[in-house]
Amino acid sequence: MSLQKNDQLQFSASAAESVGSGSEEFTVTVYTENQIGLLNRIAIIFSRRKINIESLNTSPSEVEGIHRFTIVINETEEVVRKLCRQIEKQVEVLKAYFNTADEIIWQELALYKVPTDEIAEKVKVERLLRKYGARAVVIRKDYTIFEATGQREETDKLVKVLEPYGLIEFVRSARVAIIKASHGFHAKLKEFEKTAPGEEVIENEYLNKQAEVFSM
Amino acid sequence: MAQTIEIPKKDNDIQNTLPKVSPTEGGLEKAATVSGSVAVLEAFLAEGVDIIFGYPGGAIMPIYDALYDYQEKLKHILVRHEQGGIHAAQGYARTSGKTGVVFATSGPGATNLVTGLADAMIDSTPLVCITGQVFAHLLGTDAFQETDVINITTPVTKWNYQVTDATEIPSVLAKAFYIAGSGRPGPVLIDITKNAQLQKFEFEGYKKCDHIRSYRPRPIVREEYVQQAAKLINEAEKPFIIFGQGVILGKAEKELKKFIEKSGIPAAWTILGLSALPTDHPQNVGMLGMHGNYGPNVLTNDCDVLIAVGMRFDDRVTGRLDKYAKQAKIIHLDIDPSEIDKNVKATVPVWGDCKETLPLLTELIEHKVYPRWLQNFKDHQVKEEEACIYDELNPTADQMTMGEVINILNQLTGGNAVIVTDVGQHQMVTCRYAKFNQSKSNVTSGGLGTMGFALPAAIGAKFGAPDRTVVAIIGDGGIQMTIQELGTIMQSEVNIKILIMNNQFLGMVRQWQQLFHDKRYSFVDIASPDYVMVAKGYGIAGQSISDRNDLKSALSAMLDHDSAYLLEVMVGKENNVFPMVPQGCSVAEIRLK
Repeated sequence: MSLQKNDQLQFSASAAESVGSGSEEFTVTVYTENQIGLLNRIAIIFSRRKINIESLNTSPSEVEGIHRFTIVINETEEVVRKLCRQIEKQVEVLKAYFNTADEIIWQELALYKVPTDEIAEKVKVERLLRKYGARAVVIRKDYTIFEATGQREETDKLVKVLEPYGLIEFVRSARVAIIKASHGFHAKLKEFEKTAPGEEVIENEYLNKQAEVFSM
Repeated sequence: MAQTIEIPKKDNDIQNTLPKVSPTEGGLEKAATVSGSVAVLEAFLAEGVDIIFGYPGGAIMPIYDALYDYQEKLKHILVRHEQGGIHAAQGYARTSGKTGVVFATSGPGATNLVTGLADAMIDSTPLVCITGQVFAHLLGTDAFQETDVINITTPVTKWNYQVTDATEIPSVLAKAFYIAGSGRPGPVLIDITKNAQLQKFEFEGYKKCDHIRSYRPRPIVREEYVQQAAKLINEAEKPFIIFGQGVILGKAEKELKKFIEKSGIPAAWTILGLSALPTDHPQNVGMLGMHGNYGPNVLTNDCDVLIAVGMRFDDRVTGRLDKYAKQAKIIHLDIDPSEIDKNVKATVPVWGDCKETLPLLTELIEHKVYPRWLQNFKDHQVKEEEACIYDELNPTADQMTMGEVINILNQLTGGNAVIVTDVGQHQMVTCRYAKFNQSKSNVTSGGLGTMGFALPAAIGAKFGAPDRTVVAIIGDGGIQMTIQELGTIMQSEVNIKILIMNNQFLGMVRQWQQLFHDKRYSFVDIASPDYVMVAKGYGIAGQSISDRNDLKSALSAMLDHDSAYLLEVMVGKENNVFPMVPQGCSVAEIRLK
């Protein structure tokens, strides 16, 4: 989950130094209350530090009444860890996790609108669609809408493939991701609701990592 | 902003039918039908609020109308500008240890709060600000005096919320006070639309908030970290304590003193930590940072264990970060987890309220003394005295220095006054030389560096500590930024002492231009009005002096005067504050000249 290896990186004095060096893609998952204005509170944590959000999705979570943000950024682990602490500091945020691509299962949804006559005439297209796992959502006389879910490269490839056949519109959703190691939020929320939450809720990265912390 | 908007007839009727609560009834204890405005004031009474700093206007008029009947229980100070109001509330919070409360109207009234909110946010000052807002049905229509105050203030508030329905008011205000004052304190803004202020509802009584599931202000202290910290301290040969405002906010001054005394470790402070430990304590080695003392800066890069208590390693304290205390193991005690490792990587993080963690640590450490290590600080102190302190306090030039003014002030107050400073050279000199015997006595704008802070903050500071002498020390630049608050001092008869250090320059910028920009004095030559005459216009006594021989008697006259007093002291035009850690340099590269 969000427990990270305790690297010996020192925070560089200038944010500029860390850009580009050692940055990788992180998916940040934030559990929050459903509150007007919270999206702004979270978004400005990134914009204040001039960090670009690659993708942002908000949705309900496995727990009723609790919302879940999925945010994708390219940064160093050091910076992402600090961002998550700033996010967790917001009053209405319950928890923020960050994960690399190998720690999550993620998908994006893409929609493609193409002229129906082109599709009907050219059998090749149908074969390509099958190859890319796309399916027709709407078929009308004038246009057809296909849907594909997958990772970025897959949905991008289908754009390239459909372009020669007069792709009219293309749109792709933000990323949604499931954390492989997560046990969900039900048990945690119960802890949060207690006046004095148990230690397992206070997921300070140092906790239970004594040996690593103190070996410095 | 005094502009009012036409209240629709319908609402006038509502207002006229509101039950008027007699101030002698002692508040509402039973369920009653009240307006949102009355609910706000009832919440204040339940939270122990006794003073509000504010300015009325169209969108907050229903609250002011309700306040008319609560004047006996809730003192309201009419300021001259909303920025003055919020700085006054900050001053009040800093000397009283309570949450400051502010009223402002919508639009410009609300935007005028932004500087104070940013200041309170970065200096962790507990505030609850109530702003009026246009009717809910007008939101987003560019109505008169409508501004998106929630979004404007989001980055500078710990929490903010817009109320459009009066039934929310009791629970939202309970949350506001709880959030503002708990954990790492901060400003909270509640924006209340006019319809909600007017709306009548069944008030079931006020219930204080003590838990929000998504908010955990009190971290659980993990004792193994305290043990590890104690081990490092017990093994250390040259340990060094640095403390900040967290000690004062955590009301842990006694706990800090015990820790310092048992450990025998020298201790230095950030400017917001000043007064948490008496200045003349034998282990108090002085001030950290850009204009701090020589020893604490140089020896930061010589100590083997650095124990940071309730401070956040601001760049003005650390200087160049990649050359900051690299040789030392770092123990960081902080209540805010986002501060751990933010600027300086901690070897042992002790996450928790220092009122709780310091005694645990004190328990585990050995009683020790470090005579050679303390002597090292004293040797540096001697060097600093020779190089700059002596001349600052005993100048031979005709013109007075700010240091000698503070020195005489110390003699006269005995270190018992509350000192409020503005921003710039006078602030650094005051923090370096002022003497403090007790906590919550130093009020200054640390993180944001807000010029214009001191005059209004001193007003609030006096209400927060009414039995103490409050001296506002301000430069000739800062005083002109919020000088209109002399009107508040006049009207509310606030007995504060205003000490203007006039060097006829924006001195700190001039100093930098002299040192780093080849003396190209670009727009730092600032003219002043006749301050004594201005004060006189407000019915405030005062005098201006430029002769050293008048200094002591003038300061005495100021302190002895039975009401507000303004003293202008003309000081050397081109004096500099030293020592100084130039920007981009390490703390060890501090310059004495």
